[in-house]
Amino acid sequence: MEVVAKGHVRPEAKPPLWRRLDLKWIIIGVCVIGVAYLALMPLFFLLWQSFYTPQTATAPAEFTLANYADAYTSVETLRLLGNSIWFATGTAALAFVVGTGLAWMNERTNTPFKSLFFALSIIPLIIPGILFTVSWILLGSPKIGIFNLLLQNWFDTDYVFINVYSMWGMIWVEGLHYSPMAFLIMTAAFRSMDPSLEESALMSGASVRQIAWRITLKLTWPAIFATILILFVRAIESFEVPALLGLPVGIQVFTSSIYQAIHQYPSKVGLASSYAVTLLLITTVGVYLQSRLSSRGNKYSTVTGKGYRPRAMDLGKWRYLTAAIFIVYFFLIVVLPFLVLVWSSMQKFYSVPSMEAVKNLTFDAYRFMLDYPTLWDSVWNSLVLALGSATIIMLATSVICWIVVKTKLPGRWLLDNMASLPMVFPGLVLGLAIMVFYLNFDIGIYGTMWIMFIAYVTRFLPYGLRYNTTSMLQIHKELEESSAMSGASWGTTFWRIILPLLKPGLMAGWIYIVIVSIRELSTSILLYSPGTEVISIMIWELWENGQYVELSALGVMFIIALFLLVMTAQLLGKRFGVKES
Amino acid sequence: MLSVQNLYTEYPNEKGETVKAAQDICFEVPEGKLFTLLGPSGCGKTTTLRSIAGLERPKSGLISVNGTTVYSSANNVFIAPNRRNFGMVFQSYAIWPHMNVFQNAAFPLEVGTKRFSKKEIQDKVMRVLTAVGLDQFADREATKMSGGQQQRLALARALVMEPKLLLLDEPLSNLDAKLRERMRFELKRMQRELGLTTIYVTHDQSEALALSHEIAVMSTGRIAQIGTPRDIYERPRNKFVADFVGLTNFLEATVEGPDEGENSYRVSTGIGQLKTTAYDSFNKGDAAVISVRPEDIRVHEHQRPEGANVFEGTVAFKVFLGEYLDLQIKVGNREVLARAHPSIKAPVGDKVYLSLDPAKCICIADDPKLKKAA
Repeated sequence: MEVVAKGHVRPEAKPPLWRRLDLKWIIIGVCVIGVAYLALMPLFFLLWQSFYTPQTATAPAEFTLANYADAYTSVETLRLLGNSIWFATGTAALAFVVGTGLAWMNERTNTPFKSLFFALSIIPLIIPGILFTVSWILLGSPKIGIFNLLLQNWFDTDYVFINVYSMWGMIWVEGLHYSPMAFLIMTAAFRSMDPSLEESALMSGASVRQIAWRITLKLTWPAIFATILILFVRAIESFEVPALLGLPVGIQVFTSSIYQAIHQYPSKVGLASSYAVTLLLITTVGVYLQSRLSSRGNKYSTVTGKGYRPRAMDLGKWRYLTAAIFIVYFFLIVVLPFLVLVWSSMQKFYSVPSMEAVKNLTFDAYRFMLDYPTLWDSVWNSLVLALGSATIIMLATSVICWIVVKTKLPGRWLLDNMASLPMVFPGLVLGLAIMVFYLNFDIGIYGTMWIMFIAYVTRFLPYGLRYNTTSMLQIHKELEESSAMSGASWGTTFWRIILPLLKPGLMAGWIYIVIVSIRELSTSILLYSPGTEVISIMIWELWENGQYVELSALGVMFIIALFLLVMTAQLLGKRFGVKES
Repeated sequence: MLSVQNLYTEYPNEKGETVKAAQDICFEVPEGKLFTLLGPSGCGKTTTLRSIAGLERPKSGLISVNGTTVYSSANNVFIAPNRRNFGMVFQSYAIWPHMNVFQNAAFPLEVGTKRFSKKEIQDKVMRVLTAVGLDQFADREATKMSGGQQQRLALARALVMEPKLLLLDEPLSNLDAKLRERMRFELKRMQRELGLTTIYVTHDQSEALALSHEIAVMSTGRIAQIGTPRDIYERPRNKFVADFVGLTNFLEATVEGPDEGENSYRVSTGIGQLKTTAYDSFNKGDAAVISVRPEDIRVHEHQRPEGANVFEGTVAFKVFLGEYLDLQIKVGNREVLARAHPSIKAPVGDKVYLSLDPAKCICIADDPKLKKAA
């Protein structure tokens, strides 16, 4: 048999190396190396920097443990850690309680005005943290806060009713800001629970309270714990609230201390790095636990795919109370912050609403901002960075995703983890790491748009990966195999079959990354230099200069622009499904 | 034309263990013939087909088409699937949802190594769409098509590139029963008219019997028997093939010795002594299994028929199925299934006579390597 077979076999010559090294491996190689570079280099240099003295013109970098010694032997650090955990725990608890309550009202009761709840999914996208914080300063600061002034006027006293410049104030503002996120996650958790699990408990004779305690809570606890963890991580890495509310009164957390260490003279990069490493450890543990819980949670929440929703609980006249709660909440989170910005933007000098002040309404601030010399530069910068990074991320992650989902290459899990790694970086820490890296590894991009571009691509890489993974999993492997059988090369298959089929996820992820990069502040703040400001940096600078009126005008325009962008995305989203994630 | 020699393909499963998906696969398919790989799920038939396609990289063996090696472990040859010029129809049809009917069918002409002008593509695609009866749907979105239409489109896409070899992976399994029957005829007609060498994978034995020139029945990664449909059905070489293809009665038997006539053996079974036909040689005292198809058991109501292999039994159970009648008949302490003409009226409990044609009582050795069909 063998011999006969070999008789009519024509052995073919091996093609030369350059032929075998085709486009496929070049593209895959570039993507893999790119991701490894983006994800790992800053991390290594951050660790390296935390063990070295800063390099100066006169002294080279030397190994030292002094940064950690400084950081960990002072009582200051203990207070820092205490503050950070207190702040993050408080924020997570507040956001979770508010978000879960709203999710329950929306999913399981007959509260009126339910259609307004949809707004909760887009608020975090259209009101950036810095503007939310600024508007709450205008509402609740002891000196100029409208609440205080109105109440003082009312009761004819100078007692300070609300003070956002405090730990409780910080928790309040940050907790409110993250509550829509808690709402979205818990809504998903409520929805994914099979109602028949509760109904069978009901049929077994359990009371509502017993069902809530022994079935609902037990089933959702992985989701609950995962939600609290992710809120905790988001809060501990947030920068805007601690910087704007905490720093002026000396309440420091890790992020604001990192910022201060860099922005004092001489700047203490090593100390900042050791803080950053500590913060990174906390967020890594948090994200790791959270992902473990979520994957375990799948065991609990059984998605039946049956199209019916659980019977909404009839609250009777209590539903007016829940509606009232919701409306109050809606005012606190959207209406008041936006109105106070509008009001302050139409003043000459900031003043409290009153009949006299109404007479002085003016659009001067808008005129001023539109003529502001660097405004259009920073708009341009923001757009270029947002569009550029979104495009690169989505294309690169589509290749990464293809390798992870569709191939059996050994080590593909490593690639997946590497591309997800930036998720554990707080924005400020990533900015610091990239700053440190390109200060030491001088390829001439420090202080240019390129460094911001690299930072954005790194920071939002995990989002692109997530959007692409979801849609990549839905592409049947026979769709690309039939392309190969039709004679198409890998490149052609990728371009003409895979990418068009990925389009929904690709578009949704692209729009999402555009939106979040336009609002990006905490990474940019350590990397920008004159000429490379983005819009959020401009808002920051206006705040530092005390130009509240102009800031408000810019903020109102910014929110309207983001609103239009998000609405467009939602319209497209009927096809592409954009969501906060 | 197609030659597969000692093919061995393995892959790791989710737990990282190695699965020997296909081993010792050898077969030749002459030009213009339809060759079927038949077997239950997990028997390695799809792996074999995908190895021929190049979608799976075998561990060892040799695959050549028209004398051109597309895979050889000895010479380290592996031609990428997109360079093989084989047409393939997938189980899911794999119609690209973002293209219309014409674009789907034109794709192979646009991406292959051979370049075609717009006019040529137009002509070739319309010709092949006409052949499968989809010419009036050329502009329709591919996702708006019914299952049968998608199946034809998948076929058109495989044919448009004028492939050397056509590979069909369970192409009818996603269709409803009526349509499947019709498409079976159409597929057969088209294959015979075009004379295209075709490899067909299915788990449906009636499809395999109806379409093929030759069938390879597979089990646990190996070929259990290769033969024409009639060979496979009438002369199964082992218990697995007899059981998997068609319905059969198995009777455990002990060989008593050769009988008069070619390939004839006398055996003793649970229902008595039986004259059988064997295609392997047996010695006296060998354990064997006798396979008798229900339709090869004649049922007589009143008179004891003449000839060999006649037994007396009682009707234990009967099922009326319109065109025929299935009878469970108790013979001694065994029950056998007989398929009879519906004119048989004997009620349950009545005595009947059975006669078993010695040429249709197949004596086979029980091969432990091939597992019993599920």
